[in-house]
Amino acid sequence: MQSGRKLTTVFLRNRTSVIGASISALLFILAISAPWISPYDPLKQNVYHRLIGPEASHLFGTDEFGRDVLSRVLKGGQISLFVGIVSILLGILIGPGLGMIAAYAGGKIEAAIMRFLDVMMSFPDEVFGVMVMIVLGPGMQNVIIAIAVLMIPRFARMSHAPTLAIKDLDYIASARSLGVSSLRIICRHILPNIFGETLVISTLWLATAIRLEASLSFLGVGVQPPTPTLGNMVRAGVDFLATAPWVSLFSGLGILLAVLAFNLLGDGLRDITDPKLYAR
Amino acid sequence: MIAFALRRILIGIPTLLIVLTVSFVLIRIAPGDPAQVRLGDYASKASVEALRRQMGLDKPMVIQYLEALTGLLRGDFGRSMLSARPIAGDLMRALPYTLELTLSGIFFGAIFGIPMGIYSALKRNTAFDSIVRTLSLGGLSIPGFYLGILLMLVFSIKLNLFPVVGGGDISNLKSNLYHLVLPGLTLGLVMTAYVTRMTRSSVLNTLNEDYVRTARAKGLAERKVIYKHLFRNALLVVTSLIGVYAIVLTGGSVMVEIVFSRPGLGRMMIGALMQRDYTTLQAVMTTFAAFVVSINILTDLAYAVIDPRVRNK
Repeated sequence: MQSGRKLTTVFLRNRTSVIGASISALLFILAISAPWISPYDPLKQNVYHRLIGPEASHLFGTDEFGRDVLSRVLKGGQISLFVGIVSILLGILIGPGLGMIAAYAGGKIEAAIMRFLDVMMSFPDEVFGVMVMIVLGPGMQNVIIAIAVLMIPRFARMSHAPTLAIKDLDYIASARSLGVSSLRIICRHILPNIFGETLVISTLWLATAIRLEASLSFLGVGVQPPTPTLGNMVRAGVDFLATAPWVSLFSGLGILLAVLAFNLLGDGLRDITDPKLYAR
Repeated sequence: MIAFALRRILIGIPTLLIVLTVSFVLIRIAPGDPAQVRLGDYASKASVEALRRQMGLDKPMVIQYLEALTGLLRGDFGRSMLSARPIAGDLMRALPYTLELTLSGIFFGAIFGIPMGIYSALKRNTAFDSIVRTLSLGGLSIPGFYLGILLMLVFSIKLNLFPVVGGGDISNLKSNLYHLVLPGLTLGLVMTAYVTRMTRSSVLNTLNEDYVRTARAKGLAERKVIYKHLFRNALLVVTSLIGVYAIVLTGGSVMVEIVFSRPGLGRMMIGALMQRDYTTLQAVMTTFAAFVVSINILTDLAYAVIDPRVRNK
């Protein structure tokens, strides 16, 4: 309890994480309540109201089909956030396991796993993401899988190094000599050690995931219209940049805000939890 | 040093080979038949079959793979499945646009990022540091394509200072640079954010080292401490990290090329993707990977030049 309160105090003193957490919380609330607070149906077209600039009845203006940009940003933000969170969860589910198994097993298994991850990471995210999307085909479910595939090597690598450091410590050796199974050692003794770090890092990588979703949708291989995501809205707006810049501007602003919020939060959390930085 | 360089280059080869294999397999298992795509939906079955034979798509996967591999060794990327033109020519036309863009991004990033990072670390927790940190976090958070659109909106559309799209004439320096300014600035600003951040944290780490404390303790002038001890060691870390960020840079260049419609590798990739031009797609992917691997080798070599310990490992 004592340490919990101390952690809260440290957290509240760290301005970066407080700002990040506040914006993230606000975005979550907006995303969840999108269906109720949206002034219009995000998919409803209205040919008489095409490309209207921001005004009282349409705060963010309308797009080329006369759809309300604010409602679409809310809906798109909801989808982008959802895609980001689910893909990160998938990454957490698989990545750290791979890294821990590699480190714990050692030898050829380790070499094979780590080498494979290296190759996956030698492609730029956007390029590899596009490749995966070609194989899977467009669609929200596939974007989630593609981003998870990009995140898995990151999580695996992150958990690999600390596992290497822990696995030869005395308490692991004694557990092994008592006949505890490898699976149990990994789950009970190694996992708790890397859990905190994984959680902190996943906040930062949620920012990356949201940016990636936007990039893939912007390239046209992500979630397909008419379903709005912030990325495909920016793309759609580019054609009208000279006459109706608000479509791209507001949807891009949504991406920026979301990515920034999670970067701030993750950055702050890392400062707090990294004892080396904390001591300074 | 030469031995180190050779060794480092040799290590790069298997990586490239695996990359080629992975992209080959991924692209082959993708849905969509290039022959069908080229002829359209209403083509007869016989003509699709004939084209498949002509394109070599009827051969077993292994043979196709070996053909692609041996071709590559001769510097032959094969022919485009769509236009039937040699891909090597298309690649050579696109490459300069991507190279000049990424190089300007790296230069811009290094020239502004390194000094800002060092100064911000030395002035830790001051207003300057806060501003730099906020700006660089903003730079990391803004997607390259959005930044590009913002710059395009202000400088091309509103102020009419620069062209909206295109890459200019590569043989005409003036037209070329004129078209490079905004895309280069976009990528450069993103890179500045990355370089500033990593320089700052690497200087902060070095500040805590014993030799810096010793240098200060023996009464060395602060300037000397910074230039002789801090700067050199921080530079080491930054050099190696620029290699790491080569990947970010290449990915960013794809997005920026799409926004500004520059006829570089990124646009070639997306174009090939949309038209299911497998052979072109594979050639571009391999070029991207080769690009990343060579930047990594170059940074490793630069690292070895700066730090003699690395060479002897």
